[in-house]
Amino acid sequence: MSLSAKEKVIVKDFFAKVSSRSDEIGAEALARLIVVYPQTKSYFAHWKDLSPNGAPVRKHGITVMGGVYEAVSKIDDLAGGLLTLSELHAFVLRVDPVNFKILSHCIMVVLSMLFAEEFTPQIHVAVDKFLALVALALAEKYR
Amino acid sequence: MVQWTDFERATIQSVFEKMDYDDVGPAALSRCLVVYPWTQRYFGNFGNLYNAAAIQGNPMVAAHGKTVLHGLDRAVKNMDDIKATYAELSVLHSEKLHVDPDNFRLLADCLTIVVAARMGAAFTADVQGAFQKFLAVVVSSLGKQYH
Repeated sequence: MSLSAKEKVIVKDFFAKVSSRSDEIGAEALARLIVVYPQTKSYFAHWKDLSPNGAPVRKHGITVMGGVYEAVSKIDDLAGGLLTLSELHAFVLRVDPVNFKILSHCIMVVLSMLFAEEFTPQIHVAVDKFLALVALALAEKYR
Repeated sequence: MVQWTDFERATIQSVFEKMDYDDVGPAALSRCLVVYPWTQRYFGNFGNLYNAAAIQGNPMVAAHGKTVLHGLDRAVKNMDDIKATYAELSVLHSEKLHVDPDNFRLLADCLTIVVAARMGAAFTADVQGAFQKFLAVVVSSLGKQYH
């Protein structure tokens, strides 16, 4: 399920359009991840403050969204472009890849909430495919 | 039996009370058919599903979307025994309609996205949690009678 040329344009255009609120999207998506899927908190046990609107969660959400934008810029070669991030997730963080799917869903819920008019089904399918491919690229070095 | 907090019960009642079924039903089903095109396999007799515009304009899709959404009413009214409430529907989807139960999850995800769009900021993380928990129970119940 690779991205067509048209879908790559859709993804790049959409993320460019919403880039001014990317911090908000990231923070909100991560907050939802830990509230709606409490098992994900197991990766953040080292934070003193695990409240969804607390500083650590917001800051990390912004970091993660930065990674998503990096992926957008490397959309023509995700596996190659995200190699370092993949090594990080595989050898250091060891996040179970099932969580990539869960976070992708949370990101899309937030996109839908904040950009109801723009997040049409056509854009939804392209973004869904893109995030799935990002997840695959991140899992590249796992085994 | 599923345990519901007061917040979860109140949230589910409120979300469905405020919902415009005629808008949300068609939107959720058509989105599912666009985002997960393999789900179209169950709608061979629905006519034109060739592209997103056709799907979103298709009156049979719209009608069925409303039917499916109203199907959730019984679960909303019987939150303490959704499994029993949907036993018959589960058999129907398995024996007669032959729907892969994973599709229930796909539709539930699309419904969540549509409700998020309609509710905007009111769709807080806690509301999302309650809504997704409710849908997860529905999805599980609909898959229970498959064998």
